[in-house]
Order: sequence, then C-alpha cells, then structure tokens
Amino acid sequence: MSVEMSQFHPVFFEETQEHLQLLEQLLMGLDIAQPDSEDLNSIFRAAHSIKGGSGIFGFTALADVTHIMENLLDKARKGEFSLSIPAVDILLNTTDTLGEILNSYRNELEIDWLKVTQTQTVLNGLLVDPGENLSALGESDLEPSTAPEPQTTDSFGFFAENKVPGAEHRDLSDFGFFTAERNGQIAQTIDPGFGLFDELEPEPSLSKKAAAAEPIALPKTDAGPVKKAGNSSGESTLRVETTKIDALVNLSGELVITQSMLALIGAEVSGELGERLQSALLELERNTCEVQDAVMSVRMLPVSSVFNRFPRLVRSLAAKLKKKVELVVEGGSTEIDKGMIERLVDPLTHLVRNSLDHGIETAQQRLDLGKAESGTLLLKAEQKGGSIVISISDDGAGLNRERILAKARENGIVSAHSPADEDVWPLIFSPGFSTAAEVTDISGRGVGMDVVRRNIEALGGHIAIESKAGVGSTFRIQLPLTLAIVDGMCVAVGEQVFVLPLVHIVESIQPSPEQLKTLSNQQLIKVRGEYLPLLNLSQLMAIKPTNPSPDQGIVVLIETSKHRFGLCVDALVGQQQVVIKSLERHYRRVNGVSGATIMGDGSVALILDAESLALQVKHLDGVTI
Amino acid sequence: MTKIESSSSTHSNGAEEEFLSFVLGDENYALDIMSVKEIRGYEAVTKIANAPVFVKGVLNLRGDIVPIVDLRMKFDIGQATYDEFTIVIMLCVNERIVGVVVDAVSDVVKLSAQEILPPPEFGVSFDNRFLRGLATVDNKMIILVNIAALIGSDELGLMDVNATAGQE
Repeated sequence: MSVEMSQFHPVFFEETQEHLQLLEQLLMGLDIAQPDSEDLNSIFRAAHSIKGGSGIFGFTALADVTHIMENLLDKARKGEFSLSIPAVDILLNTTDTLGEILNSYRNELEIDWLKVTQTQTVLNGLLVDPGENLSALGESDLEPSTAPEPQTTDSFGFFAENKVPGAEHRDLSDFGFFTAERNGQIAQTIDPGFGLFDELEPEPSLSKKAAAAEPIALPKTDAGPVKKAGNSSGESTLRVETTKIDALVNLSGELVITQSMLALIGAEVSGELGERLQSALLELERNTCEVQDAVMSVRMLPVSSVFNRFPRLVRSLAAKLKKKVELVVEGGSTEIDKGMIERLVDPLTHLVRNSLDHGIETAQQRLDLGKAESGTLLLKAEQKGGSIVISISDDGAGLNRERILAKARENGIVSAHSPADEDVWPLIFSPGFSTAAEVTDISGRGVGMDVVRRNIEALGGHIAIESKAGVGSTFRIQLPLTLAIVDGMCVAVGEQVFVLPLVHIVESIQPSPEQLKTLSNQQLIKVRGEYLPLLNLSQLMAIKPTNPSPDQGIVVLIETSKHRFGLCVDALVGQQQVVIKSLERHYRRVNGVSGATIMGDGSVALILDAESLALQVKHLDGVTI
Repeated sequence: MTKIESSSSTHSNGAEEEFLSFVLGDENYALDIMSVKEIRGYEAVTKIANAPVFVKGVLNLRGDIVPIVDLRMKFDIGQATYDEFTIVIMLCVNERIVGVVVDAVSDVVKLSAQEILPPPEFGVSFDNRFLRGLATVDNKMIILVNIAALIGSDELGLMDVNATAGQE
C-alpha cells in the first residue's frame, strides 16, 4: 500500500508548494481592515487542501500545523476572528515553517518537531487570545533572528502609523493605494500619470486586490504562458516533466540543423526540379522556425515567479531596517527561460537587499533631504529585441563615488586620477569590495557583488549600473532570451572553428608588429597605452595555425569579470547565435571550453570559456604605463 | 532517443549472449551487442586539445556531442589509417554514447557461458580488467572485450573523475 502511495508523493509536494505560494501571496495582498471574503475563502481552501493531502499521505507534522491554521482561517472567514497585522505575520511565518516541513519530507530529512510544536503553540495562542501581545509572541517565538532585540513593538509601530490612512500622507491623493501598502507594501507609485492600470488591463483579475497589486499577485499557476482567467488552473494547464520538454527543445534544434543542411544540398539542384525543391525547402524553413519558437515558448515562464518573492522580502527587510519602502513591480508577465529564472533568484535578491540596505535612506534622512518619506524600489522587466532587461532602481542616496574610489585605491585596483562615473561604478563588482561603513547582517560583507556579476555572466548576461548622488541608482541586467543559445563570434584557427561568447569580446584588431612585445617569454600586446597579455588559441588548443606569427592573424580582446587579455586567432569567420550543447554529457570537461555547438554543416565547434582561458595567463593583470 | 539497455544484467541466466565481432589489425575482437547503438562510417571529427592521442575528437550524432576513440591506437594494434572502409561502432554504456574506431565489423556471434574461456594472465599490453574472456569460433580466437569497464576506465579518460567514481 505504502509503495503505491509513494508514487503520488512528488505530485503532492508540487501541489503543496503551489498552495503555500498562493497562501503567501494572498496573505500579503490581504486588506486587513476590510478583508475580501473571496480572498479569505481562497486562503482557507489552500490551507485546507494542504491539510487534506498531508493527512492522506501521513505527513503528520504538516497536517497538525495546517489543522490549527485552518481552524484559525475558518474563524476568520466567518468573521469570528479579525485579522491584524501581527496575526498575518504569524500566518506568514507559519507558511514559512510549512515550507520547511515540506522540504524535510521531500528530502526525507528529520522533521524539526520543536519548531512544529512552537508553531502550533503560537497559532493556538492566536486562537485563544487574538489580543495585543501577539506581536511579541509571533516574532520572537517563531523567528528569533528577525528580532534580536525586543524592538518588535517599535517595528510594529511603523505599521501602526500607516493604519491611520492619510495621517502622514495627506499630500498624496489616492488612498486606494495605501490600503495595498498597509497589507503588503506592494504599493504603486502615487502618480496619476503612471498609467500602470492601462498595462494591467489585459491581465485577468484574480481578485480586485490582487489585480490592484500588479500581476505579481497572481498565483503562479495562473500566470503561466497560457493566460487563462479565473481562479482554477483547471484543465487548461498540463504538468509535464522538464526532461521531456528539454528533449523536445533538443529535437527541434536538430530539426533546424537538418533543415539548413538540406538547404545547402537543395541549392545544388538545378532545373525545374530544383525550383520545386527550393519552394518546398522554404516552406520547411518557415515551419521548422515556428516549431522551434513554439517549443522554446514552453520553457518560458513569467518573471513574476521570481518577482513574487520580493514583496515579502522587502516588507521584512524594511521593518528590520526601520525604513519605509514601497516596492513597485512592472512587467511581471515578461517571459524568460525557466532555467534562467531559477538562477536569477540569488543575484536579484542580493541587489534588492543592497538597494534597501545601502541605497534607500531612513525615513528621517529622506525627510531632511526633502524627499518623500518612503523610498521607492522599482523592479522592472522588459523585453528589448533579443534580450530581457531586468532593472532594479531605487530613489535612494545613489552610489558614493568618493568612497568607492577611496576603497578602490586602497585595494590598488584603480590608477586614473578622475575616472568617469561609468568606470567607477563597475568597481563595486570587484571581489572583496564593500563600501558599507559597517557590515550589517543584511549586506556589506563585500562578498556579494562579484558573485552577482559572475552569476549574471554565467547566464550569458551583462550588468550595468547607473547612479546619481542623492537621486538613486539603477542596476540593469541584460539577459539573453534563453539559456540554450549564446551570441557568439566564430573564429578560425587552422582548420578548426571555435565560438567565443560575444559578451566577453571587447574588440578585434589586426596588430602591427610594433604592438607585440614579450615579457619574460609572455607575449604582450600594447593597445591604447595598455599592455595586455596575449594568448595564442592555436597553442591552447594544440592546433597548427595557418599564420605562424600573431601580426598576421587577428587579436580578439577579451574581458572577463577579472581580467583583460588578447587572444590570437587566424581569422574571424562571423557572428552567429549558436545552440549550446553539453560536452560532459558523453565526454568530459575540457580546459578552456564551456561546451560545444553544431554548426550549419553538421560539424561540431567548441565554445570557448573566456574565464578559464584567462587562467592560462601567467601574469594576470594588465600592466599600465 | 532510443536507448539500448546496458548488458550487465544478462550474465547469469545461462542463455546465449550475442556479441558483435570486429577486427583490429590481424586480431578478432567482440563486444556485447546490447551496448551497440549503431554502426557507421568514419567521419571527420573536431579535435579536442590536450586529449590522449587515441581520443580522436568529438562529432555530432544527431545532436549529441559524442567522443570518438580509436581502439587501434589504444591497444596499439595495426595501422591507424582512415579511409572509406573505416568503421565507427557507436556504443551506449551507462547512458553515455562513445564511438570506437575499428578496422572492420565482421559478424554477430552467439556464445553461451561455457564457450567463454577465462583469459590467461596477460602482460602489461592488455589489461585484464577490460577482458571478458576468450572464445573460439571457426577456429579463430575471438577476444571478448568488457566494453563497459573499458569505457568507464580512468585510462581512457572519457569521463570526469567524479563521474567515474559513481560507476564503480
């Protein structure tokens, strides 16, 4: 019996995960003063489903906690229990605990029964006494780490201020927004000309509140590529294993290659037959393109599945930092590759934390500077041509040019006297670079930004910073639409072709003999007053080059997150998008190579890994004169 | 994608096993036919830098990037020449595809467990680990290669060290 049951476990885990997400979103979006009965019902139903499922499968820890939660929610929807901010906090914490328990079951780990009992106690306390002492109960018992000092009353006082609508914000016109803020700080910029609602219109509203809080509040199940209205995800969606989709993606990639091989052959056929063949081949080309697009779109998920976690994060961080922050989310329905979404979470979280911690000032500082009391953090995603741009903007203090430069000089990574701003900002991506005056537990250890940049570059993306002192800063991440394809420059060495990711290429030059020098046998190239190490691709790849000396070939200047160097190749073949294939699947990792791709003629070309090529340079830093 | 199951489970049932015999130089070899995915002619490969000489490179097998190993070079038998008669046997072992270059493919032979004789103690030239045994068919000695062990071995260097460790 238990064997038969266990086959349903993965489905249960998936569903419960979704219920928990839904629970969290609904709780965040709940209007405390006048809770929407439909919302309360949905919350109750989500908890009820979790309880039911976990009871059937014998996951007692889950069932026990959700049972009390369900009782509480049942009373709330019947109006016997009025929800308050601390109560919602407790429920949110409970949701987190449930997530942890779920993970324990999923990974067959030991259940933290102490935490289960604690959560039950807190919830029971709430059932018995929905009074004032809740805040202390909730925060300190459940998550001691978030409230190290008994300041919970202070931080809740922060919310209490908002409970009096308009008391502080008389200058702002629309109260409707502030109800949203009070609930989850998913507030919008109070700007009548913002036109957010126009953008929103095509989005089906799950509930009035959720819609007002941007598509981000839509549950994940409904926000999939199939945009269906209504509460139930119903029969309009189909759960498919990612491996199956990946197989489809692979096959469609093959189809494109086969098609281009056919086109090459077809071009050689002449006469009437050739003409008929040509038109059939054209048809084939169009169809294969469409097949590939359609298959790729299956892997696409809305960015909102990443953005969804931020209202919660911002809310708790803002409370912890005693700052007032409104989070504005735009373009949550922009779709990007599923694999990319998972790997975007960490860098985005880091940037959001950074903006909150270092960017946005405290309410008092802001008032002194004549800014609106609460800072705005804008999280925006949009598609621009073949790439996705995600930007994180705050209207805080901006990056501190002087402090960055001082720190950079201290670390010896900058030499120019007054570099341009564009050259200053990227310095914060250097390893071990933190300008925070003091290290907090939120950020400031200086381990993060270089990791952020590396993560983004590993996705084939690029990160840029715009900042203005006193006005705010924007981190702009540019990403390719999909992970499976990279923009590359094809370079030839001997008879072999290699692909260099375009993100790493600065420029290509044809060096004159005067530009080439050696330093203890390491070749150097002098480009615009700077000596850079020069690597020879033919040497690295053990190929006999067509051009024996670098001044007959072409030098490609490559910039990685840490180094700049020149790479000597025989010729540039051309720029093209290539599909990345794993070399490790059937073979092994190869030094200096990140993968392989199949060219139009069916042959294999290796994709070079600029980072690991850089390790081949003996003298890693460019020498400047 | 078709996957041919790997052979290791069929050893003990006493029934006949089928082997694909092939020629390296003047010697006859055979390997478990269940690990054979397909047989094709030799095509140009993309060279891999700093790989052992017997790893010729990689090629595109319907979208998979597959390494090609020349067994003649690995076992130091015959001349490693490449012409239109050179054969590549595509093997699928532990869900990994590897192509091996041989001089020719001869036959499919059925052998029962009794017909497979234990190998003698060999010198250094052929490692016992890669040998299933010896068999005689039509007065010719056929060397049965334990292809799974060979493909997975560190010597061939076809896999990353951590990947090999998991298979032993």
